[in-house]
This record gives sequence, structure tokens and C-alpha cells, in this order.
Amino acid sequence: MDEQLQSEHDDDRPGIDVHLKDLSSIDRPLDLATVRAKLRSKTGKQYWRTLEELAGDPSFEELLQREFPRQAPSEWDESVDRRDFLKLMGASLALAGLSGCGRVPEQYLVPYVKQPDGMVLSEPLFFATAMTFGADAIGLLVESHEGRPTKIEGNPDHPSSLGASNIFAQASILNLYDPDRAQTVTKAGEIQTWSQFIDAAQAMAAALRSTRGDGLRILTGIISSPLVAAQLEAVLTLYPLAKWHQWEPAVGDGPREGGKLAFGRYVNTVCRPEKAEVILSLDSDFLASGPGNVRYMREFYRRRKLNQSADRAGNEMNRLYVVEPTPSVTGSSADHRLPLRYSEIEPFARALAAKLGLGGSGKLSPATEKWLDGVVKDLKKYPGRTLVVAGEQQPAEVHALVHAINAALGNVGTTLYYTDPVEAHPVNHLESLGELCTDIDAGKVSTLLIVGVNPVYTAPHDFDFASKLRFDEKLKTKKIETVIHISQHFDETSQYCDWHVAESHYLEAWGDARAFDGTVTVVQPLIAPLYRTHSVHEVLAAFTDKPGLSAYDGLRARLKAENPATDFEAWWRKTLNDGVVAGTALPPASVSLQFNPASLPPLKPSSSDELEFLFRPDPSVYDGRFANNGWLQELPKPVTKLTWDNAALVSPKTAEKLNLSYTIPSRGGEHGQVLSDVIDIALSGSKVTAAAWILPGQAEGVVVLPLGYGRKNAGYTGTNKGFDAYVVRSSKTLWASPAPISVIRKTGDSYPLACTQYHFNMEGRHILVTANLDEYRKNPNFVNDRAEPPREDDTLYNGRAEFPYERNKWAMSIDLNSCNGCNACVVACQAENNIAVVGKDQVMRGREMHWIRVDRYYTNTESSTSGKSTGDPSQYQPALENPEAFFQPVPCQQCENAPCEQVCPVGATVHSAEGLNDMVYQRCIGTRYCSNNCPYKVRRFNFLRFQDWETPQFKLMRNPEVTVRSRGVMEKCNYCVQRIDKARIAADKKNQPVADGAILTACQQACPSEAIIFGNANDPNSRVAKLRAQLRNYSILPELNTRPRTTYLAAVRNPNPELENA
Amino acid sequence: MSAGEPPINSSEIRRLTPVLGPGHTFGSVTDKISSIVLTRPTSVGWYVGFLITFSFTALLTIAMGWLFTKGVGIWGINIPVGWGFAIVNFVWWIGIGHAGTLISAILFLLNQKWRTSINRFAEAMTLFAVACAGIFPLIHTGRPWMSFYMFPYPSTMGIWPQFRSPLIWDVFAVSTYGTVSLIFWFVGLIPDLATLRDRALTKPKQIIYGMLALGWRGSVRHWHRYQSAYLLLAGLATPLVLSVHTVVSFDFAVAIVPGWHTTIFPPYFVAGAIYSGFAMVLSIAIPLRKAYGLEDFITMRHLDNMAKVMLATGLIVAYGYFFEFFMSIYSGNKFDLYLVEQRIHGPYSHFYYALILCNILTPQLLWFYKIRHNVLILFLMSLVINTGMWLERFVIVVISLTRDFTPSAWGRYQPTFWDWATFTGTIGFFVMLLFLFVRVLPAISIAEMRELVAETAEAD
Repeated sequence: MDEQLQSEHDDDRPGIDVHLKDLSSIDRPLDLATVRAKLRSKTGKQYWRTLEELAGDPSFEELLQREFPRQAPSEWDESVDRRDFLKLMGASLALAGLSGCGRVPEQYLVPYVKQPDGMVLSEPLFFATAMTFGADAIGLLVESHEGRPTKIEGNPDHPSSLGASNIFAQASILNLYDPDRAQTVTKAGEIQTWSQFIDAAQAMAAALRSTRGDGLRILTGIISSPLVAAQLEAVLTLYPLAKWHQWEPAVGDGPREGGKLAFGRYVNTVCRPEKAEVILSLDSDFLASGPGNVRYMREFYRRRKLNQSADRAGNEMNRLYVVEPTPSVTGSSADHRLPLRYSEIEPFARALAAKLGLGGSGKLSPATEKWLDGVVKDLKKYPGRTLVVAGEQQPAEVHALVHAINAALGNVGTTLYYTDPVEAHPVNHLESLGELCTDIDAGKVSTLLIVGVNPVYTAPHDFDFASKLRFDEKLKTKKIETVIHISQHFDETSQYCDWHVAESHYLEAWGDARAFDGTVTVVQPLIAPLYRTHSVHEVLAAFTDKPGLSAYDGLRARLKAENPATDFEAWWRKTLNDGVVAGTALPPASVSLQFNPASLPPLKPSSSDELEFLFRPDPSVYDGRFANNGWLQELPKPVTKLTWDNAALVSPKTAEKLNLSYTIPSRGGEHGQVLSDVIDIALSGSKVTAAAWILPGQAEGVVVLPLGYGRKNAGYTGTNKGFDAYVVRSSKTLWASPAPISVIRKTGDSYPLACTQYHFNMEGRHILVTANLDEYRKNPNFVNDRAEPPREDDTLYNGRAEFPYERNKWAMSIDLNSCNGCNACVVACQAENNIAVVGKDQVMRGREMHWIRVDRYYTNTESSTSGKSTGDPSQYQPALENPEAFFQPVPCQQCENAPCEQVCPVGATVHSAEGLNDMVYQRCIGTRYCSNNCPYKVRRFNFLRFQDWETPQFKLMRNPEVTVRSRGVMEKCNYCVQRIDKARIAADKKNQPVADGAILTACQQACPSEAIIFGNANDPNSRVAKLRAQLRNYSILPELNTRPRTTYLAAVRNPNPELENA
Repeated sequence: MSAGEPPINSSEIRRLTPVLGPGHTFGSVTDKISSIVLTRPTSVGWYVGFLITFSFTALLTIAMGWLFTKGVGIWGINIPVGWGFAIVNFVWWIGIGHAGTLISAILFLLNQKWRTSINRFAEAMTLFAVACAGIFPLIHTGRPWMSFYMFPYPSTMGIWPQFRSPLIWDVFAVSTYGTVSLIFWFVGLIPDLATLRDRALTKPKQIIYGMLALGWRGSVRHWHRYQSAYLLLAGLATPLVLSVHTVVSFDFAVAIVPGWHTTIFPPYFVAGAIYSGFAMVLSIAIPLRKAYGLEDFITMRHLDNMAKVMLATGLIVAYGYFFEFFMSIYSGNKFDLYLVEQRIHGPYSHFYYALILCNILTPQLLWFYKIRHNVLILFLMSLVINTGMWLERFVIVVISLTRDFTPSAWGRYQPTFWDWATFTGTIGFFVMLLFLFVRVLPAISIAEMRELVAETAEAD
């Protein structure tokens, strides 16, 4: 019986092209009890086509009668011999399309018979949804072409997005189409059906119910979805002795426990950087990671926009101080940045508290003390209009101190407020995981449900989580009877689990999510699951008495209960449309400070001879969950510009002590490959081998080991890339591990790293222009004073050959004052324009394909005391200890005098009447002359066939409005010409000019800091025309007279004059 | 001028180093030259040489097959270095070809009798070098099957090539050059082909040479037409010697890349081309005269003259290097200045020093009579100069691209196995064609040598 059940598939799931309306009915509950009863009552061989038939559903009988030939039912008797059986099988296959072959995706060869409402073929539709990320969710609008989600944008109505997005949201579309995703339920590696899982889960549930859940444990990450949280609560109510543990490897317990220390309870902090004049960050990368980072970035940079006039009014800027051990995105845009070791942050915070009269004391070096004095003076200048933030990896004490400091500065209620936690169930994660491990060792756990996390890979190495799951050779048994894992990939943890359920992507399943301020969004799917995947909600439901309850029904029931009075259907439609559940933002909670900095125990003095090893989430793959995402792997990390690997980041002085260096091989060179020294690191009883990378600006004696790499079972893209820092991360030293310098040993080997920009020096060229606010006020035209543009009359044509560009004159303005190198534009461009991923080997040859790159320059290195800077970070110079970093996004400059156009022998790159430098892929024969002649080197060439033309998933993912380029063709940024054309055609139909803001390029739309503005320079009222009229406006290398349409606004920093002169 | 060298143009030097060895008659010249093709048994050395060069040709075929299968990414090129070995080799081969045309056309017009015994194989060398050069522009494109877009054919879409691009000028310059060189060479061959037809011992040879001889009977009318045609073609080929490399240099001079964008390139490229071309003629003539005992026809006088041409063009090239350098400093252009610094101190500086050594310092030895008359040293020096000229193109093409305007995009270049396979493959192909040439066609013009016999006899 079981074998037959296995051969027949139960899921009557439609194909991927299903109309969205059907999504709600995907999970039709099946009455399993009836099925089982029927099965039991039958004897002998029985054949059925679906479980519904077996269950004798009357409506199904009717369907059968109507659709099948009259004689078919009469053949279903028990005396079928083999020959007849085969005949019948053939007939049924031909007649009805047995659901047994449902694994093959259904393919519709005819267009829609009835066009769905609101859908015009070739016109995309947009749906609001959200992506959860830790204790935050970013609201999204997802573009859908005939039912295929193709591009993710931020939802302007959502508080954590405001229309912008970040690299993780942008790249998550690739996760959906990842061909390496787990695709079905498995038991010990064998494919199982969903109903088999439900049966097993129900059997377990029955057993657990008798013991009141004793031995049942659930391990999750941070849960911010009210729906899943309610489901978990329901499970815990059903099994009172069961326990829920949480482990989120890259988010510290510091923020949580700091709130408890300060206020006696867990709180959530919501900042309003827009309202702050002075911001001090204590090792916090609040602009690029942590809850609300996209929103914070927008707010922060709104205070850094400068207008045309150079006078004081309307030209004020906020000021950012950053104290951090390792350069971050936030630190790179600081007005004052102080590199301090991790262990020196808490004394710094204590000293700050002391200087504000809160008591306690902190020991600082004289230079730091002086720096702090300047900061304190500045902070006191703006009571209630400052903000102090602490990093996610900082300990609870620092967070508690920051709460006290903010209270003392009068910031609570103005630049920040507290709410109840966004997390459904805040706990101390390290303790929670530790407790689980202890209980497993004590034999107290019989059933473990691991939801979405990968503890075998991420748990501290001293917990040795794999040993908890693995078959014990000595005891000849397993510690846990049944381990069930639900995750999107069959990962390091899955291979030790009995059951593995493939988890649906957030674009495939119903759910909800809470943003950093508590706002709830309904997560609506855009596509039926591509594979036989299920949501967390469904897995949890399998352990309850309602195993067939779909997430959709559960969600609607919950929301209906919360909104009883209104017209629910109308409300539901509006909520789905808006992407936010109105009025769900958490209200400010009143908290009372119960914390006295003086009561803190004295700090253990840390030895400055020791090295400090810090563990940080990787800027691209985070804690490792994005390891199989090619876009993120190939994304140059903001500060290091490394791709495809992590490296042990070493401060320049320490590198000099350890005699670490690089060699630049000729293949790729500065733009590609760096051979780096390999070091062995022996920490907390474990050892790891890593490539070293010298990072200017890192505090002396600090070595950063980014998490998330060295995965053993991540998929084709992510497996065995970089080194695994979790191997040396113990529960005692979760974030910082002090150790003597001798723990590092050079192995003598070198390792090739793919770095897209090694040289950091501008060589005195007019590329990235910066000034101080004071300098800017004194001379608002400082940019053009430094430039050497050719004179207007330097032409043979007397200006008569100028093309007038009468109608539209597209232009882009990039405000360098607002760019912190977060890379959202790069991934957005990759997603919009079907840009290929080329792999580490090709990046090392200098062949990455990004149409927009973000260049990173260090500026104060040239005036260093050692004289001329070499632009080579492996050559130690004192200026590298704390250089000023600047970022510059470089898309195609769309020159009016384009050097590329003149040299193309076949006219494959030509100028449009609107001033775009167009690429004609069909005409291009690939001489690469244009790229040679491009002074900005923005052109990208398909040296090989970089696109994956075979994988069917990627065919679904691509933007149908953009050509997929083949080998041998040049490509480059075209200002998203498909978006321009669409808007122009729409405007032409109405016989109107294209409205300003009607066209958003992909990079502009994603940019959280509004640094990129695109528009018509002919329209004097357009935003871009106004920006271009600013005195700060300049073009790169103006002396070449290429006259780029992409211009930049010079970066202006706002340093504290007192600290400047000190 | 060193001791022991007789004064130039004295009758003494003519006597010491005549353009034709003493004692030759019409018959002996014809016998000697045609025997290589018709009667002498093919030596083992020829077979060995042919096999080696043929295997390199096979390597070229494999390299091209792999290239067409995978794409130009099998080479070391990247962003920013979009052009690598393919363009370096193209410019180098085209340059080598120049000596042949110069010898056969310009020296013919200038009535330089010493050209007679070397012009035939020099022209053949030109053709083969152009064939090797012509491979590269076709295969270096990303989509070689679309390369015909570069020709102005009547497309149904009404699209023309983009005539502002120097690459289009290249197409015309190189194809014209190839065509004129081929016709010039063939016209010069006609009387000799008739000689071979008349002397051939087997029927197939008689038929093939007979067809190629186009019915040449040696009548006065034939000779009259022949002389006019040859003179006209020489006149037509003469400007090409100057124009082809000028146009090739525009590929660089027209671009804005520092190190490319300079007005000195056209004369400097032409001089360099003749320089490397004469070096290649020497590299071929010296083994050829040794292998087939042609010392009487290719005498020390020839070698001496060619060495002098090399010295002269080498000095022009040195002048070019100096002024390239000087103008960068004099102009104060920061990009050019940086490039000069890079050439001297940068990661590729050893290439630059090697180039100076090969192209400027080594040829200074040619001031010395004894060196010009030492066949072995001349041969080695010709190889050094050819290497030097290849390095020059590498320095110009690659080093300029590695460090141009935007420091964030700076990179480097390293050739791959397939770069080397293609490069050595074309050398193999070139030498293989020469091996075939000496076996099937007279390597020295019989008709012109007979003229020389007559003239020498008159002079005596």
C-alpha cells in the first residue's frame, strides 16, 4: 500500500504560470483521516489516481464521470492482469495526465484563453510584499511579468524602505530562482511526499501529546512574523513541556540585553537620524546593517544635501562621529572617524557617560580623550538633537551606557524612541542555544524541529552542534530520536537530519512580517512554489490538530480577528495593495532608566600587545545565508572590494609586524587578482587557515574574521568559497577574541583573491573632488577652480557642429556627499539589466560585468608625511592607519563627445537624439576598441559566453525588456533605456512631455540615500537640471572634453573645526 | 667609421663585395637557381624544417578552433587591456612585410641593382607576413563570423561601416596592400615561371608552371609590356610602403589613450616597419644562401647594404622613442608623464629596458664594418631587432592600456597559453610558407639575375 501511495502524487499543484488568483487555493486541505479509513477498508490491489478519488469525494466522482470515457470505470475491477494493467496505465496516461508525472513542470503552449483582469501582456504588474531580515522587514514592490517575478523594488509606502532597498532585498530574487534550492521533502535523503511528512508529523504529534510535549524542541532564528509567532505559541500551548530556542548567529545579544540592563525589560530602539544634528556611532554600522538600515540611510543623508547657495541658511549638514575597530560603510562616511579596538569601545562609552555627568569612569589614551572632549562639546551644543548609537556586536554594557547617554542628552522622544520588541519572543540567543545543547547532551530532547537556521554551520564551535545530531559511533545511537529541518537549501545541518522539508521562498508563500518600527506587512506570494516547497507555517501546522491549515487561511483568520468591524474584503485588498497593515507601527513605550553607569564593575584592563580577533557578518553574504547567491558573491565588498572570498582583515601596522604582503600577478593585476599571504590562526582551541588582507583604517592590533564563508554544503555557487570563521568562534568569544600575536603563523603559501580595485590613489587627477564644509562656504566653486576644462572655443567647428538635443536631454547627477558605497545600485542594475555573473576566475582576470561600479579612494594619503603615496595598501604608510575614504559610483558617463563612438568600425555604439550613448548589440562585432578608448573604463565585454542560457530557472528570472547578451559583444550602462522608452512612449500617447521623476533608473530607485538622480536636463525645473546647476557639479576628467552627461556633486564633509585644528 | 673599412662607393668596395659572384653566365645563373626547384633532391633538412613549422601551423589551427569555440576570453585580454597579443602581432607582422615592398618597389625605382637577388624572396616574405598579419584582425573580434560588417557591402539594412574609425581605414589599407603585393610578386614571377615550364622534366610540372606562366614566350613585345607593367606596379606599391603602417599607426594615434595619442606615430611606425622588415629579410637570407649555396647571388654586399638600412631606420626609431619621451615631459600632460614614469618604473619596466637594448643599443654595432661583414652576428642581430620591434608593439599596445586615465580601473595583462600558441603558430605558418616557396618557385629572380650578368659583363 505504501509503495503505491508513494508512486501516486498527492499534490494537485498547478504549474508555475498559475494565475495569481489561484494562489489562495493552493493549499486545499485534504481529509487524510477519510483517506486512511478508505485504504484500510480496501483489500487486494487498488489503483487510484488521486487521493480525492480514493477518499470518494463526490465532486471528484462527478468530474471523473464527466471527463473520462464511459468504459474506464468498468475496467477498475480487481481482476486486472499484468497485460491489462499496462494497457490501462497507458490509457490513463494518455487520457488524464496522471498526477504521478506532476514533477515535470506544466507548460502552457497557448496564451491565456481569458485574459486575467488588469493584466496586459508585455506590461508588468507590481505587487506589494515584504522580505524579513532579522528583527526587521523591508517592504517591497515586486515586478511580475506574466506571473514571473523579475525585479524587486522598495515600497515607497513602507516605513523601512521609503522606496529604496538594499543589496539583500535586490538579490533575493536570485535566491528564488536558485537551481540549487532544496526542492522536495526528504527523509534520510530519500524523496518523500508532503502527505508522508504530514503523516509522520501527526504520528509524532500524537506521541508528543501523550507526554505533553516533553522532549520536543524548536530552534529558530529571530521570528518577527506575528503569524509564525502565533503558530509557535499554539504549538507550545499544545505541548506545554516543549521549548522554543533561538539562534541568530550574526546579531548579538548586546542590544537586547542592553535594553534589559538599562530598563529592566527588552525594548526596541527606533532612531530618527533625520532629526539629529550630531550623531555618534560606537562601532555601529547603522547605515548598512541592522534593523531599519535602509530607512536610516535615507534619513541620514537627507541632512547632507547641500543646495546651490553657499550661505549658511539651508546649507547645514549633520555631523557624524564614528568610533570603530574596523572600517564599515558608516565609518567611511564619517566626518570624524576614530579607529579603536573593540575592547576600547566600552571604556570610551564609560568615559563619555562620565563626561556627561552620569558617573563611572573609563580609561582612555590622551589622544582619544582629547577627541572625546571635542565630541562631548559638540553633543552638548545640541540638546535633544543628537543621537548616540551602539553596534549590534557590542556588549550589553555599551548598549546600556548608550541608553543612559541618550537619556542624558535629552534624545529620547526626539531623535529616538523605544517600543516593545519587534521580535516575537526576545531571548538571549547564546543562552538559548547553550541550553538546547545541554539538554540534548542530557538526553532530554527526543524531537528537534530546526526552522530556517543552519546551526551545524553557525553555532559556536565549542557547542559542536553536529555531534548532537550525528550518529554516535560509540553509543551506537543518536542523541535525538527525530530531527526535522526546514530550510531553503539542503545545507550543512540538513545532512544530519531525519526529515528535511524544502522551505518556500518569501515570494512563494503567504505570511506576514514586522518592520523595525513594528509595522506589519502581509507577505504575499507572486508565484506558486517552483518546487515542492512549503512554508514554515505549514510545517508547524503539521504538528497541530489542523495539519492542513494553509498560511493564507491562517493569516486571514488572524487579521480578521484583529479587524472585526471593517469590511474585511475591502480592507484586505487595500492592505495587500498598500503593502502595509495600517496602524500597526508599535507605539512609543514609556521606559524608565534603572541603570547607573557607576554601578558597572571595573573593566579588566586589556593588553595592547595582544591582537583582537573580531567576528563580523560579511557585507555581502551576511552570516552565510546568501552564500549561494552569485550576485552577492560577485559584488565587490564596500570597503575591501573583494569578491568571492572573505579574508582575515589585518590592520596595516599589524601586517607590517607580521610581515604580511601581497604580490600582484600580471593576470588581472590591480583590477582582478591579488596573491595574498596565507596565515594560520589558532584561536580558542581551534584553527583556521585564511588569506590575509591589509585593510587601511583598521585599528591597530585588530584582525577581523568575516563570517559566512567556507561553507561546505551551500550549493554550486557558495560551497568552499573563502574560509570558515565559525570554526574558531567559541561561545565565550562570540564577537571578540583577544589572543597573543603568536596565534598567527604565516604558512608561506599565497592565495589568489579576486579584488576589483586594489589601487586606492587618485594620482592627483580630477576624479573624486572633496572639500570641507568651511572650504565650501568660503569658495563654493572649489570644484571648478581645481579643474582644467578645455576652453569653449577649443574646437575646429566653431560650435556649429553642436547637436541641439531639442526635446529630451537625459542626464544623471550623482551626489558624492550621499554615497557611502553600500552597493544597492550595483545589484539593482544587475537584476534589471540581466547582467551575467562571471565567477571568481574571470573576476581575477579583470572581466566582471557590473555596469555600475563603486570606486573607493582614500584621499588623505597623498599628503602623508612619507611623501608620495604609492596607491598600494601593502606598502605601509602612516596615513593608512586612518585614511579618509570616499566612494564614487561610476556608470557609463554618456559623453556627448564620446571617444568610444568615434572608433567603433561598425557603428555599434552610436549617439541617440536624446544624448544617450547607445549600444547596438546586434551590430557589435567585438573589436573592444571602444573600451580601450573609454577614459572611464565603464564598458564591459563578453569575453566568453558568460550568460547561462540553459538553466530554466534563470530563463524565468530575466527581465524580458532587456536583451540577454551573448559572447563577443560589448555592453555597458544605458541609463536603463528600456525604462526611458517605456515612459517616453506613455508620454507620447498623451502628447505630453515626460514628467520629471517618471523615469527612475534601477540604480536610482534602489539608492537608499538618494544620491543618484536622473532626468531631463532640458527641463529647468527637473531635479537633475537643478543639481547640474549647482556649483558643486563637475564631471570626471573634464580636460578630456568628453562632456559627460553623468556628472557628480563634489563631496563635502563637515568636520568639527576644533578637532580639525587639534 | 672603423678602421679597415674601405671608403664608400669606391670601386674597391665594389670589387671586394660585388652584387654577383664572379664567373657567372646566363646559363649558370639559370641552372643554379632553377635546380633548387626542379632537379635538386629534397634534403632531409628541408623535411625536418617543414615538419616542425607544419606542426606549429597545426597548433595555430587548433588555437583558432578553440578560439572560435570558446571566444576571445581564452586569451589574456581583459578590461582595461582590451587589445593584447593579437594586435601586437598584427602590427608586428604588417611591419615585417614592409621591407619586401620597399626592396622590390622603391629600390627598383631608385635603380638599386643590388636589390635584384633579394627582391623575390623579400616579396614572398611580404606576402606571407601580410597573410599572418591578416589573420589577427579577423580572429581578434568577439564575433569573427560578423567581421564582414567592416566591409562596405550593399547591406539590405542600408548600414555602412563607420568611416571615422581607423579600423575601417585598416581594412582598406591592408587589403589594398595585400592585393598589390600579390600582383606585383606574380607579375615579376612570370618570366621565371616560363623558364621553369621550359625546363620542367615532368608533365604535371610543365602543365602547372605553363598555366602560371600565362603563355610567356619571351618575345620583345612581351618584355616591353612586362617592363611597363612592372614599373607601373612598382610606382603603385611605393606609396603603400608609407601608407600602410601610417594607417596602422592611426589605430593608436587617433585614440585618446595616453601613450597612443601622439602625432609622431606615423613616421615612427613606418621607420620601425622597415627596420623590422630588413631584419627579417636578413633572418631569411642568411640561412637561405647558406643552405642552397647562393653566396654568389646574395653576396656580402647585399648583407652590408641591408645592415646599413637597418642602422639608418634604427636611428629614426631611436629618434621616435626620444621624442615620444621628450614630448611627454615638454607638454606637461599629467597622463603622459605618468605613462613615462610607468614605462621606467612600472610593473612592465623590464619590457621597456629590453626594448631599448634590442632596438637602440644593439644596432649601434652596425657602425662597424667588421660586424656588418660577420654573417653570424648579423643573423643574431636580426633576430634581436625583430624581438625588439615586437617588444615595441607590446609596450605601446599593452602598457599604455594598463594604466590610463582612471586609476580605479588600472589592471595588468598576461598572455595565456593560447596567446602564445597563436603567436608561435603564425611564426610557424610563415616559415612553413617560406619552405614551400623555396621548393616550388625560384627564390631569386632568374630573369633579373640574367640581366645582372649582362650588366656585370659590360661593366667588366
